[in-house]
Amino acid sequence: MGSWGTLSPTTVLAAEASDVGNPWINIGIFAAFVAVTMVIVVRASKQNKSAADFYAGGRNFTGPQNGTAIAGDYLSAASFLGICGAIAINGYDGFLYSIGFLVAWLVALLLVAELLRNTGKFTMADVLSFRLRQRPVRMAAALATLMVVFFYLLAQMAGAGGLVALLLGIESTAGQSVVIAIVGILMIAYVMIGGMKGTTWVQIIKAVLLIAGAGIMTFWVLARFGFNLSDLFQGAIDKAGPGGEALIEPGKQYGSTPMSQLNFLSLALALVLGTAGLPHVLTRFYTVPTGKEARRSVVWAIWLIGIFYLFTLVLGYGAGALVGPEAISSAPGGVNSAALLLAYELGGEILLGIISAVAFATILAVVAGLTITAATSFAHDIYANVIKKGEVKPDGEVKVARMTVLVIGVLAIVGGIFAQGQNIAFLVALAFAVAASANLPTIIYSLFWKRFNTSGALWSMYGGLISCLVIITFSPVVSGKVDPVTGASLSMIKDTSVDFAFIPLENPGLISIPLAFLLGVLGTFLSKESSHPEKFAEMEVRSLTGAGSEKAVVH
Amino acid sequence: MTNISTTDDPVAETDYQRVQRSPEFQDLRRRFRNFVFPVTALFLVWYLVYVLLADYAHDFMSIRVSGNITVGLLFGLGQFVSTFAITMIYARWANKKFDPVAEDMRRQIEGEDH
Repeated sequence: MGSWGTLSPTTVLAAEASDVGNPWINIGIFAAFVAVTMVIVVRASKQNKSAADFYAGGRNFTGPQNGTAIAGDYLSAASFLGICGAIAINGYDGFLYSIGFLVAWLVALLLVAELLRNTGKFTMADVLSFRLRQRPVRMAAALATLMVVFFYLLAQMAGAGGLVALLLGIESTAGQSVVIAIVGILMIAYVMIGGMKGTTWVQIIKAVLLIAGAGIMTFWVLARFGFNLSDLFQGAIDKAGPGGEALIEPGKQYGSTPMSQLNFLSLALALVLGTAGLPHVLTRFYTVPTGKEARRSVVWAIWLIGIFYLFTLVLGYGAGALVGPEAISSAPGGVNSAALLLAYELGGEILLGIISAVAFATILAVVAGLTITAATSFAHDIYANVIKKGEVKPDGEVKVARMTVLVIGVLAIVGGIFAQGQNIAFLVALAFAVAASANLPTIIYSLFWKRFNTSGALWSMYGGLISCLVIITFSPVVSGKVDPVTGASLSMIKDTSVDFAFIPLENPGLISIPLAFLLGVLGTFLSKESSHPEKFAEMEVRSLTGAGSEKAVVH
Repeated sequence: MTNISTTDDPVAETDYQRVQRSPEFQDLRRRFRNFVFPVTALFLVWYLVYVLLADYAHDFMSIRVSGNITVGLLFGLGQFVSTFAITMIYARWANKKFDPVAEDMRRQIEGEDH
């Protein structure tokens, strides 16, 4: 995700996007992906009857299938293009993203996946409201879910516009808006027709393509350097010219000031604690029949994601060595074009076409996963349980979910069009920070702490959510950050005379995550609410033994 | 176990509470926590040490071990190795030591009302 920020319309506009590759090959390969996945989605839709089918794919996926789908859900284009670019330009500091994104999975594996599968039904809120007061807790959990999904979705949509524009040679803002609209419409079609089952298959196919594509390129790069990692680094150092040695040392990006070092620490914390609170990751655990399969899913996901991030290390330095940081920075799309330029360098326009189509498929699959999560949360938590107080037929709920898909799709298109050129790294990092502060403390407390109560959950969730948003609003990310060399604004608000930033931290995690954990404890102890030992007993016994958990749908 | 009696009578106990109180369940719970809590603490501390070193100990992390392979790279790859190792160890532990007991208990509980 590191460096999506540089993908602004101006850089795309200024460049001749058709410099590399043949747009028709790119379009052709991508169209083939859409056609194949659409057939699979339509076939999957024939079994979409119940709510468990639409929301959770009938809970019939195997651990390995779901693990692959999780990798497809998690490895966004931002991880692929962003991390490769960050390593190519900033060297070692770019590698740090991969590590945070991977280690985070251990939190999900050890503390969350199985217990969540055993106690919940469709959403994160199912688990959080299990033994607390249903309506307020569900509402808070659903709002946090929607907020995380919204930031994540905007980032992917804006990224799609920029990426495709650059690949297909569409240079005008209007043209890019059309591309964003096409992404949105495709996503609506996948999710409305295929539900969770269709979405899962799209993610599985995409994960296989992405990991295979990255694997082939990695092999190719290593072959160029005699399978010697040290020689590969030397290649990158030589290509970078004077000072190139800094590429293999930490601190090139984050080491310059004490404040940037704190920013790095904050980001590292949000990354490692955010994953297990990402709602679109959590809902994937419901697509398997048992807690044991949920565990297998995560084991598969960790291997696939870990191996993929090892590939990005080679690809990043490979792009640095074979394409060079200067050529990457001045290309349309800047840092984010590193992996694509490397593909072109290695295998000409055919490989570029394949890798571009894979990158686009990646965005589509991630966006579809986010959309079904948001729709499930709205229909199941807000509509069925908060508004209708649970008095609703399951198929009525699914109808609302399908309508929600449409609404979210339209919102994502409009938001994506407005978010063009926004700092996308900021949006994804904010999504992780919100997930780590608003969701994770309450998930952990409600699974493991007997005394935890409704007021603790509300304090922690709203406290985490609001503190994140407040810190970000008054940080240099929104206003007042100026490039000392060019005098251009580096903030969301491009008018450099507007500056209301007084919190120097660029990622809220360092403050908001400990705060949310603390508020959960404070809220719990300051409330006189009586506890529900019988609900806690049910939750604890279910979570560990799997007794009474939701069963797979039999067709 | 769909017909659990929940009553306002504070003395009455639900089936789940009875299971929760049983020595078998307490043992299962202790085993689970004794495994996952220390391992979680371990990998979080190891991650934090790594992040702090990368953030503040640039000279140490830049030491060349062999050619262009730095201490920092080895520590970074070490995070991958430890993540894979913990994943395998946990999966093996859960399959062998945890699942059979949990599965037994699930059968007992769900069997009660079938």
